Amino acid sequence: MAADKVEFELVSPERLLLSAQVDMVVVPGAEGDFGVLPRHSPLISTLRPGVIRVFEGREVKQRIFVAGGFAEVTPERCTVLAEEAVPVGEIDAAKVDQQIKDLGEDLADAKTDEEKAVIARRIKVREAMKAAAA
Amino acid sequence: MASLKDLRVRIGTVRNTRKITSAMKMVAGAKLRRAQEAAEAARPYAERMGRMLGSLAQSLKGQAGASPLMVGNGKDKVHLLVVATSDRGLCGSFNTALVRRARQLARRLAGEGKTVKFLIVGRKGRDQLRRDYGDAILETITDVGRRQVRFAEADAVAEKIAKLFREGAFDVCTLLYNRFKSAISIIPTEQQLIPFAAPASGEAGASPAAEGPRVSYEYEPDEGEILAALLPRNLSIQIFRALLESNASEHGARMTAMDNATRNASDMIGKLTLVYNRTRQAQITKELIEIISGAEAI
Repeated sequence: MAADKVEFELVSPERLLLSAQVDMVVVPGAEGDFGVLPRHSPLISTLRPGVIRVFEGREVKQRIFVAGGFAEVTPERCTVLAEEAVPVGEIDAAKVDQQIKDLGEDLADAKTDEEKAVIARRIKVREAMKAAAA
Repeated sequence: MASLKDLRVRIGTVRNTRKITSAMKMVAGAKLRRAQEAAEAARPYAERMGRMLGSLAQSLKGQAGASPLMVGNGKDKVHLLVVATSDRGLCGSFNTALVRRARQLARRLAGEGKTVKFLIVGRKGRDQLRRDYGDAILETITDVGRRQVRFAEADAVAEKIAKLFREGAFDVCTLLYNRFKSAISIIPTEQQLIPFAAPASGEAGASPAAEGPRVSYEYEPDEGEILAALLPRNLSIQIFRALLESNASEHGARMTAMDNATRNASDMIGKLTLVYNRTRQAQITKELIEIISGAEAI
């Protein structure tokens, strides 16, 4: 394996989405974005809704929106377990708007605090998605 | 003896049945392939998850205040059995075998003086368990994986279990499902979900020892918080995996069952055709004898 590359893997519960040798990835960690270069110290972090940026050289090659999940970093590897992952280019702003609206209605209908919390979280995810697309 | 016409009708019926069973076999075969692919595609996630949990559990070992999902709530009184069966029948002993296993387990637990409750996935399991354990069934979830098992469905099941656990409806949760080995071999399997039991080494590639020296991770935010997020997630994943396996097994079982049915129908057609031909010949002979003896009498 090339010593100056990171083995990046993006996995969703349903399948392996991406597996590639890259120069750097920037991951939206729960306590701030962090970049992963080769020989990064081992780290496990939770993710917040945001955009993963994959770098080839100095260019951003891919932008992928994730709704949350976990990242595991070792000196050679960066594995992201995503809850939901969509390439930024494929986000349909109109559809997301509609979802936000629907969820807003759900929120008004929700009875228990628990339900409300779940829906509020979903709305946050969609809003982050919209921001990512913009 | 049945008349020629009756025989013809019967052969026709069996032939129709054979057409249906062989079509069902083909459909099950195609679905099996898809289900198998889905099960394989889901494997990497489960593996990585197992690896992360393994290293987390190691670094948290012996610390007080671990999540109840991990260590249980200290009681062992009420058991919840989650039984993953299918919605449709005509799949051989797929459901019966699993339900039998669930009954055995329930009897054993009851013998030890424990309370047993059920959460059932799939219509068939409910139908079979309702008679004996009607009151113990907390909930039935149907129409899971109609076309394909989606993660959201597994997540919903996991969420229900987690909620019941938070409300203190049970202490220990065990999942029963059919593990897919091959189209002709499915294995009823039990897996303890709560408290979390680390997968047996060798399975799901979660053998930390094989990965050389242990690396010590940094955690962000911190171990406890990650674990708190990871454990419910792991529950969903385990259920998702079980549902996928169960789905693949169902189609495999149906394929074998329909293959047998098709073969039986063919055998039956053969036997009936033999009887039909014999009867026909006997009738011809009888008519000939009648004509000849009639001619001789003159």
